[in-house]
Amino acid sequence: MTHTAVSLRGVSKQFDDLSVLSDISLEVPEGEFLSVIGVSGCGKSTLLRIIGGLEQQTAGEVLVDGVAVKKPTRNTGFVFQDHRLLPWLTVEANIKLGLDKKTPNQDEIVQQNLELVGLQEFLGSYPRQLSGGMAQRVAIARALANRPKILLLDEPFGALDAMTRIHMQQALREIWEKEKITMILITHDIEEAVYLGERVVVLSSRPGHIKKIVDIPHVCHVIRTGTEFSETRDKIYREFFRDENVALDYNI
Amino acid sequence: MNDTVANKEAKTPAKRVGAAVWYLLLPLLILAVWEFVCHTGIFQSYTMPAPEAVIRAAVDGIRDGSLAKHIGASFLRVLEGFLIAAVCALALGVVTGLSKKAECFFELVIQILKPIPPIAWIPLAILWFGIGEPSKLFIIYLGAFFPILLNTVSGIHNLDGKYLELARVYEVDKLRLVTKIILPGALPEILTGIRVGLGNAWVCVVAAEMIAATRGIGYMLSNGRSLSRPDQVILGMLLIGIVGKIMDDILKFISKKIVKWA
Repeated sequence: MTHTAVSLRGVSKQFDDLSVLSDISLEVPEGEFLSVIGVSGCGKSTLLRIIGGLEQQTAGEVLVDGVAVKKPTRNTGFVFQDHRLLPWLTVEANIKLGLDKKTPNQDEIVQQNLELVGLQEFLGSYPRQLSGGMAQRVAIARALANRPKILLLDEPFGALDAMTRIHMQQALREIWEKEKITMILITHDIEEAVYLGERVVVLSSRPGHIKKIVDIPHVCHVIRTGTEFSETRDKIYREFFRDENVALDYNI
Repeated sequence: MNDTVANKEAKTPAKRVGAAVWYLLLPLLILAVWEFVCHTGIFQSYTMPAPEAVIRAAVDGIRDGSLAKHIGASFLRVLEGFLIAAVCALALGVVTGLSKKAECFFELVIQILKPIPPIAWIPLAILWFGIGEPSKLFIIYLGAFFPILLNTVSGIHNLDGKYLELARVYEVDKLRLVTKIILPGALPEILTGIRVGLGNAWVCVVAAEMIAATRGIGYMLSNGRSLSRPDQVILGMLLIGIVGKIMDDILKFISKKIVKWA
């Protein structure tokens, strides 16, 4: 029996009169890569922020590693859509800022994690000297430097161009295979969800609740051009655009 | 403003010369009109001296050392008052910026004192400190204090909430939150406050010196009036402007060096 990394039990979230998430129950086993997909405004980011302790649920229970989440901790890594590196600190200082002051061998940790994202030469660079993709890699290195039990990724590649995004997805996949950290990725990109996730959670729009959980065949993580991949992708696609297989009517 | 435009366009030597001419055109025009008007005899030379009279006053002042003495005296006063004000305003600004409680405690007093121009304090300053050095420093202090204080507070308040969220996610301790995130984030606004503060201090020194002093540019002005020397008055005014601009340029340059990321 595998250990459960994250467990959500009847989680709901209400902002004033607005119901954002309704009755979400989900178990994420340790070491899994889970993708969560939904249209914008469906509450998927809110869900991630609740797991990360940045927001509190209105009802239900959120357990990470068996413990109820009250506030953010370093054991849960969080990667935002923007890289959120401090512009006045070097790459090295940015990563060190994320570490506990008492952590020993900080230089070594920074070095190792930069190597993991392939940026070991950029230790002394400032964020403005990096491209968007590189900066996001540093942000991932910063999150991994704490050796978190789980890594939460909130549309981390959403702001990158298509080519860079594919490279970053491959890099993330490799990191996951190497480090075996539980990862939860929020995205609105179906291909990204299928390529990276072992399971894909499809959220309905507001209030967000789990519409479907799709198991992704392993081959989809290896070849993203094959028929298996497109069939899986289409299956999820139809969750969003069921009636729109027919040519669209344009009313002018 | 103009020099940045000149920098951007400085590609070929011809363009650089063109930009310099454009930059200096208006002052030269004003000088020409001034010269012309004085020679038409509309004004008496004891009310409006010609440019060459002002230049003569400048040359005399440089020769007998009185110019350097006056500028030096004003500059030292400003430096002293400004530095004391900067230290106090930064300290109070950081405390009120970071603590809601401290802000609430100081806010009303700051809000009421802020609109009182430093010059309005002169009578009280003379009653309290006499006409010596301390009353002048007090006026300069007041001129520099509020801009630095207010910009420090607003710089801290305007820090992007994203960075505070980052600090929560990584459990950054209080000390590092302040020194590595909040203060560097507020630095551009703090430096703006320091520039405005120094400019104000320079305005205040002249006002303070016009009341009672035996040296300084403000003294030069009031002395020039009593001696009916408009050339000396105009020279003093030009010096105020020129020194003020140079000080601001220096601070602007330093700010750019410090805030490389903006």
